[in-house]
Amino acid sequence: MQKSENQIPAAPETDEGYNFAYLDEQTKRMIRRCILKAVAVPGYQVPFGGREMPLPYGWGTGGMQVTASIIGLDDTLKVIDQGADDTTNAVNIRRFFARTAAVDTTEVTDEASIVQTRHRVPEDPMTEDQILVYQVPQPEPLRSLEPREIECRKMHAYKEYGLMQVSLYEDIARFGEIATSYSYPVMVNDRYLMSPTPIPKFDNPKMDGFPALQLFGAGREKRIYAIPPYTKVKSLDFDDHPFQIQQWEQNCALCGAEETFLDEVILDDRGGKMYVCSDSHFCARRREEGHSGSLPDSAAAAYAAAVGAQEQAVRGEREQ
Amino acid sequence: MNSASPLLRVNNLSHAFGNLLACSDISFELHSGEVLGVVGESGSGKTTLLNCLSARLMPTNGIVEYDLRDRGLTDIYALSEPERRFLLRTDWGVVMQNPRDGLRMGVSAGGNVGERLMAVGARHYGEIRGEAESWLSKVEMDLGRIDDAPKHFSGGMQQRLQIARNLVTKPRLIFMDEPTGGLDVSVQARLLDLLRGLVRELKLSAIIVTHDLAVARLLADRLMVMKDGKVVETGLTDQVLDDPHHPYTQLLVSSVLQV
Repeated sequence: MQKSENQIPAAPETDEGYNFAYLDEQTKRMIRRCILKAVAVPGYQVPFGGREMPLPYGWGTGGMQVTASIIGLDDTLKVIDQGADDTTNAVNIRRFFARTAAVDTTEVTDEASIVQTRHRVPEDPMTEDQILVYQVPQPEPLRSLEPREIECRKMHAYKEYGLMQVSLYEDIARFGEIATSYSYPVMVNDRYLMSPTPIPKFDNPKMDGFPALQLFGAGREKRIYAIPPYTKVKSLDFDDHPFQIQQWEQNCALCGAEETFLDEVILDDRGGKMYVCSDSHFCARRREEGHSGSLPDSAAAAYAAAVGAQEQAVRGEREQ
Repeated sequence: MNSASPLLRVNNLSHAFGNLLACSDISFELHSGEVLGVVGESGSGKTTLLNCLSARLMPTNGIVEYDLRDRGLTDIYALSEPERRFLLRTDWGVVMQNPRDGLRMGVSAGGNVGERLMAVGARHYGEIRGEAESWLSKVEMDLGRIDDAPKHFSGGMQQRLQIARNLVTKPRLIFMDEPTGGLDVSVQARLLDLLRGLVRELKLSAIIVTHDLAVARLLADRLMVMKDGKVVETGLTDQVLDDPHHPYTQLLVSSVLQV
């Protein structure tokens, strides 16, 4: 299970046909103005003139526009999808910026200056020098409860958030506990109710007082919002049903980590399964450091070989 | 009873939709603990009047003043919008003709009753649920249905749930628009009985819009008869119904079927 390097080797060549980072300069300025406003009013959804991106809505167009408008030549970009660096969405967005902006890309959280993410906050701590960009499918936390946009905006403006509490009440009435496990609503800076995007509620506590700037881009809904560094982020709850994060009885089967967000992986059709870290870089680093989980060595080797073969195939494709 | 200062005072209220004058020059006072019935045929401006009074439709002319708990008689349209919305969900209640407009059909009965509590800052699940249960039993609902959504309820149950949902913050004034519309007579009778009990017990003031004179006679202390946007007759309920003066009121009273 040796991974020689984390840097992606065959970076695609820069395409000179596009402006730096794909978007034109005026668009990037417009988005930067919206980002400034979003940072000034933490948690407030700033409308922006979302552009067509060369991939469908729902694949991260909002996050990409935010990244495109803040990225510079000396930046290093990491892209994750559900915690993994090697899924289609992450690989393609990383290649997109390598091609249109000629930036370095990495899978190492520490090395990245910008991390674009879909549905996870990295397990490794981030610093003030980094920016975390979220891809947001639905920025409006009240949408499923209040279909009228005007009414939603008034509720935000007047801080009328009782309705969000009703949805948590419904959870307890139906399931005996707050069953919402992702996209768990938070109050930002004691003022705005915010959807933290569909990150698991496991990651909610990380957002509170987070040292890195967090930016959220929703492409289809054309909204940008932000949490500046060290801002108070509180998950909603009831006094007698306090906020809780997910817990697992197992550790990661590959690296043995105890306090990470685990994905369930089905192994066969007889009920066999294992739990592995969803943050692929975090897991791989721990394995390199010599940690190992409950998975027998032979199985781990087979798994590593399979992953290696996959990477070979991907690399081969790139070289063509 | 404080007879000096009314709970609600309306002065020369008019509302026009373009050229159509829906309410014209209406003035009255409502005192604490009083139930005012507004009767009249369809299209006489009753609902428009109610919307103007309950801060949901700004009248073209005239003033609506309400006795706020902290600053006395105040023009409600001079309040800021958040203050008006706060008033609507705390000190006031609005029972809609169609429960679909007044309830969240996909949220459980308990959630519907608890919403107002949570809107004013209640954050203890057990207490909210306890309060919801107590109000549901006050409106004679089966507690076994507290976790069912109102879309699965009968019309009468939906109406009772709507009443519970409005009363949970102990409002002083409730507006009702045809509270018994669309219900069959036996259910109507029970609902009226319930309303009468609650109004007396909680010393509520209420403005009830209805075209059903029986409802007006049962619930209202005073009656206001409207025709073509104007108030044609006012007085004590018995007086208006037993000795109508205006020709239209006479017509209205005589058109009720005597069984």
